[in-house]
Amino acid sequence: MNDMCQPPGLAPETFGAQHYKSDYKPIWCPGCGDYTVLAAITKALATVQKPPHEVAVVSGIGCSSRIPAYTSCYGFHGVHGRALAAGTGLKVARPDLTVLVASGDGDGYSIGGNHFLHACRRNVDLTYIVMDNHVYGMTKGQPSPTTEPDWDSKLSPGGTGVRSFHPLVIALASGANFVARAFSGDQQGTAEIIAQGIRHPGFSFIEILSPCVTFRPEQRDWRNLVHPASVQPTDDPARAAKRIMTDDGFNIGVLYAGHRAPYAGGPSPASADMAALEAEFAV
Amino acid sequence: MDGSTSIELKQAAHVVQRDVSIAIAGSGGSGVMTAGTWLLDAAARAGLYGLMVRTSGPQIRGGEAAALLRLSGAQVESLDDAFDVLVALDWQNVHRFADEIPLRATSVLVCDADAGEVPAVFLASGARVVALPLKKMAKAAGSWINMLALGISGALAGVPQAQLEEAVRSGWKRDGDGLAANLRALNEGCLAVAHLAGSPLTGSAGPRRWLLSGNEAAGYGALRGGVRFVAAYPITPATEMLEWMAPALARTGGCLLQAEDELASINMIIGASFGGVPSLTATAGPGLSLMTEGIGLAVAAEVPIVVVDVMRGGPSTGIPAKSEQSDLSFAVAGLHGDAPRLVVSPTSISDCAATTHWAVQLAEALQCPALVLSDQFLGQSQAIVRAPELPEGAPQRLVAPAHAPGYKRYANTENGVSPMAIPGTPGVTYTADGLEHTEGAIPSSQAADHRKQLDKRLRKLTGHDYGSRWADCEGDAPLAVITFGSATGPVREAARRAAAQGVEVRVIALRLLMPLQAAALDRALAGVERVIVVEQNHGAQLLHYLRGAYDLPGQPASFHHPGPLPLRPAEICNALVAWAREEETLA
Ligand SMILES: Cc1ncc(C[n+]2csc(CCOP(=O)(O)OP(=O)(O)O)c2C)c(N)n1
Ligand code: SF4
Repeated sequence: MNDMCQPPGLAPETFGAQHYKSDYKPIWCPGCGDYTVLAAITKALATVQKPPHEVAVVSGIGCSSRIPAYTSCYGFHGVHGRALAAGTGLKVARPDLTVLVASGDGDGYSIGGNHFLHACRRNVDLTYIVMDNHVYGMTKGQPSPTTEPDWDSKLSPGGTGVRSFHPLVIALASGANFVARAFSGDQQGTAEIIAQGIRHPGFSFIEILSPCVTFRPEQRDWRNLVHPASVQPTDDPARAAKRIMTDDGFNIGVLYAGHRAPYAGGPSPASADMAALEAEFAV
Repeated sequence: MDGSTSIELKQAAHVVQRDVSIAIAGSGGSGVMTAGTWLLDAAARAGLYGLMVRTSGPQIRGGEAAALLRLSGAQVESLDDAFDVLVALDWQNVHRFADEIPLRATSVLVCDADAGEVPAVFLASGARVVALPLKKMAKAAGSWINMLALGISGALAGVPQAQLEEAVRSGWKRDGDGLAANLRALNEGCLAVAHLAGSPLTGSAGPRRWLLSGNEAAGYGALRGGVRFVAAYPITPATEMLEWMAPALARTGGCLLQAEDELASINMIIGASFGGVPSLTATAGPGLSLMTEGIGLAVAAEVPIVVVDVMRGGPSTGIPAKSEQSDLSFAVAGLHGDAPRLVVSPTSISDCAATTHWAVQLAEALQCPALVLSDQFLGQSQAIVRAPELPEGAPQRLVAPAHAPGYKRYANTENGVSPMAIPGTPGVTYTADGLEHTEGAIPSSQAADHRKQLDKRLRKLTGHDYGSRWADCEGDAPLAVITFGSATGPVREAARRAAAQGVEVRVIALRLLMPLQAAALDRALAGVERVIVVEQNHGAQLLHYLRGAYDLPGQPASFHHPGPLPLRPAEICNALVAWAREEETLA
């Protein structure tokens, strides 16, 4: 219903970002970083020119996970932490679709942490976008795996005292084929990185710093901290890991682009019918 | 009535056909499962029917193991009360499953003369003990002790030697010398007990027969029903279903994915089915627990999926390799929110095929999850059965056409089933949602939307016509037995034996457990004065479920005990007879 208003059988010659946008009004707080991520996703899809009905956006639960309904693609808004699993099943069963999976840092790294590791190593050809705001937005301000250890909250007064998680290095070590960091405030740059991730074969992981202006208003300052990565992307995971481990966390760009062959376990052409299977049971 | 009373081991009144029960026991690695499998194969070649149940200790390799067989000229669906033949290769740890191998005074126990004393539990039965130098004989033949056991058990059971030899030839995949030695040992075994051998079992030149396990049958039924995507995480006793399906899916145009855990499996199949591909996962109790959130998602988002739960002893990791029917309460009640779903249960090993096929059809037609309650007995036992009658027709998912004007994914249709747009179809994109939503698939927290969607999701299940497959009903007596799943086999046999003692009972084996078919149950129970519910679990879960959802006639009684001891026909028969007599005195 929210597909573009095209008469049956007539697809536009080219798709613009507006063709990937639905007309539903987001529930996000004014100023939330996720608005720009949404805009960047639609821009990136326009760049790759895949018709909206051949794209599926899959998510879990959180403010960030609301994204699918705001696109005019097929969407799946599932349960907390399991977006990668649903996206993996969809892409493996339907290799013809372009699959984007959208998460937050709580959704993707905490409850969904195990799926993150295994999606990286499985290397299914999909694009994983995590809107990282170093907080649980939807449940109103609890620490996430990427929150600084001394960040004070009602649930962890004085801070968790637990070191924060490093998603990029973990993705790299687990086998992701494309690792990038983006900043939602840079809509054009983010769109470019997402388009590159979609085009790159295998599992593409894009960490997007996306401020939660409500529970972490100080993140407005990220705008002044981010800077483009001053180096070319590498295909050497060890070099990439070293760069990421030693950068300041605000280095924006494609940091690693590898050559691993994507997951090959999809459907195979049928070579037998039911009668052939039955024959094996017959005595 | 409580099932914990000891089993009365009287000679079974075999109403239909002579049959023989054989146990081959030994420590793991001694090859008892191979001997059992080849004996069953030989029986199949001889035109017989039969059943083989595996039992083993908790060890991964080694430990104790036994192949429990029952062979007959007619189809058998249950173990007998006791074993006519026990071939024991050694006595290591045998005490751990001695209670699973009851003997009779008329039984023959063949053991290795050098394996030490026969344990008292077996002697107490009064069975005739035949001690032979099994290990030495095997060595002399240049073969293994289990080939001797095959010859001995085959001869005692009355399976012709020619078919035993055929089974060895087809089962032996290695070099030719070994084959000759195996055949020598087999022959030695047959000769050693020739003086005791029973008359040959006669096979009936009956209809087409299949040899398969319930897990294979379920896998086959799923494929035939249209499943082309499976994601799962290994767990006993469901793994073999997946191992059968992996190559079979590859051959039929699908695929299987080993997930990182059950949370992933369930969400992967939901993703695949959202993509339009009929999907399934198989697990056991602990995995089912992890899947509940995902099953609820499939209910809310209206995505068809099939979850096969091969039940085992619970709770928690319980007894992994042994059977129990104790996940029923969880299957019918274990989701949060009001979450209508389908729960079905196969009534026999061969019915695993038909019921799983049906589950796929129902899930697809009603766009909801279908749980198939199999169990270790059904799943891991192998049986020679009549080829099952399978449902016809491809899965029918109501899909939305391209560019449908005003398309609403969750439209409140009369029968509750709304057309589902499949990704790739232009002009009908939508976002599936586990959050409550409007008909147009927009998240909503409004009471009216919630009520409408709850009504719709319930209505599509309760309003569906399930036909006659909802239960297997036999007889018209005023006393009825209600049962389900693997309890059905022993119940049917008990009912036949009770009838031979002048006690008629009506048997109703439920296949569709949820939604419960009240009107059909009314008809099936017409004229019934009182009901007894038979099941294999500690809490009488089926009885309580039925009582909660339906007014059973009279004062319903219960016969139940937990696994891993199987329900035996004699104990159920005794319970039925005692219960019927009690009725008479009351009357
Ligand atoms: C199983 C489960 N546990 C907890 C929740 C509650 N919950 C909803 S969203 C959320 C955290 C979201 O945080 P994040 O992924 O960082 O996304 P954000 O809202 O910040 O975009 C939690 C804990 C849930 N929905 N399901
Ligand atoms: S709570 Fe934070 S993350 Fe959620 S919408 Fe508001 S600003 Fe965005």
